[in-house]
Amino acid sequence: MTSELVGRAVLGWRVAELVESWPETASARALVLGVPDWPGHRAGQHVDLRLTGPDGYTTERSYSLASPAARSPGGWRLQLVVQRVQDGEVSPYLTDVFAAGNLIEVRGPIGGWFVWSPREGGGAPVLLVAGGSGIVPLMSMIRERRFRRDRTPFRLVYSLRTQADELFADELNRPGIGDGGVETFVVRTREDSPRSGRPAGRISAADLAAWGWPADFAPRCFVCGPTGFVEEVARLLLSLGHSPDDIKTERFGPSGP
Amino acid sequence: MSTLQGNDFEDGNVLGGPFAEIFVHDLTAATGRCRFCGLDGPMAAVHVYARAPGVVVRCPGCQEVLMRLVSTPRGLELDASGLAHLSWRL
Ligand SMILES: Cc1cc2nc3c(=O)[nH]c(=O)nc-3n(C[C@H](O)[C@H](O)[C@H](O)COP(=O)(O)OP(=O)(O)OC[C@H]3O[C@@H](n4cnc5c(N)ncnc54)[C@H](O)[C@@H]3O)c2cc1C
Ligand SMILES: [Zn+2]
Repeated sequence: MTSELVGRAVLGWRVAELVESWPETASARALVLGVPDWPGHRAGQHVDLRLTGPDGYTTERSYSLASPAARSPGGWRLQLVVQRVQDGEVSPYLTDVFAAGNLIEVRGPIGGWFVWSPREGGGAPVLLVAGGSGIVPLMSMIRERRFRRDRTPFRLVYSLRTQADELFADELNRPGIGDGGVETFVVRTREDSPRSGRPAGRISAADLAAWGWPADFAPRCFVCGPTGFVEEVARLLLSLGHSPDDIKTERFGPSGP
Repeated sequence: MSTLQGNDFEDGNVLGGPFAEIFVHDLTAATGRCRFCGLDGPMAAVHVYARAPGVVVRCPGCQEVLMRLVSTPRGLELDASGLAHLSWRL
């Protein structure tokens, strides 16, 4: 599957079935969708999900793909992770009601810009900066790197409220085979991180200077999370001397109440 | 309660789905130029207000409306008059 084909596919809605799901945290759920005729995707892409009510009312939301672009023996299995937004319309349905065997419409893969593949970039290191559920497409990049046996140096700076909000905690904290060269640093905004001696607080230029790459290395930077978080991190990276051309961002929408 | 604040937008990455119904090439991989301020940049970086009855795309530089996509019972309507230019590197 070449990127060109993915980019050119005329996207229609496909019916997917929820194969399995599990809680990732108390407020986020991993969903595995079986999509028989999936064309493949690139790390960083997302899908649109469409819900239709009994009266024909429809609504759509975007969710990033967490899985690498790999077909499993049973056919394509797409993993999403949905964070429940308390007064949200769609996410509480997906985390609390949507059950194995239920069907949903999926459109994708979507996005030709916020994507990473091993061949591009001529070996430049990669900085991933995630806020909350913004980790999802970045996890797809980490998994793609592992799946392709790529050695590009990766650093992940992951900002979350508390330890209990950490998605993919096992996988990030006990890196498996193939994840050598991926370094993870967690920034907690609402509680101290005793191990690193970092007090609670929002991500700062000091965090990015300490845990990112020097601007001289011209790393490719991928920043994803709530809109306010993404704006702030992009501003900090520019202030540290990174080139706007090396910074790719994806906003997940409102920063919350 | 949600009010429309400065941060209540998504970015151009979300345009891939809705615009796949119109364009053969991925809009999020395109570069666009704003007719108002001349800013040239990736369409992935525009500001998108998608919870309106349609999709409203604003320039990240000057906030003017670049595109509006509305789906009505009669069909799709696209107003792209805020864009001076769109280009794809293929
Ligand atoms: C490209 C892209 C990829 C995305 N990927 C993911 C993903 O992998 N996982 C994921 O959980 N979400 C993801 N999102 C966000 C997702 O699309 C929805 O916006 C989110 O699930 C909320 O939808 P809702 O219908 O529950 O809330 P809505 O009914 O749309 O909103 C209800 C209330 O919540 C507020 N709100 C809306 N969105 C958010 C938000 N993201 N955070 C905090 N408050 C919000 C609103 O201001 C409003 O007050 C992605 C968004 C984009 C654009
Ligand atoms: Zn402009």
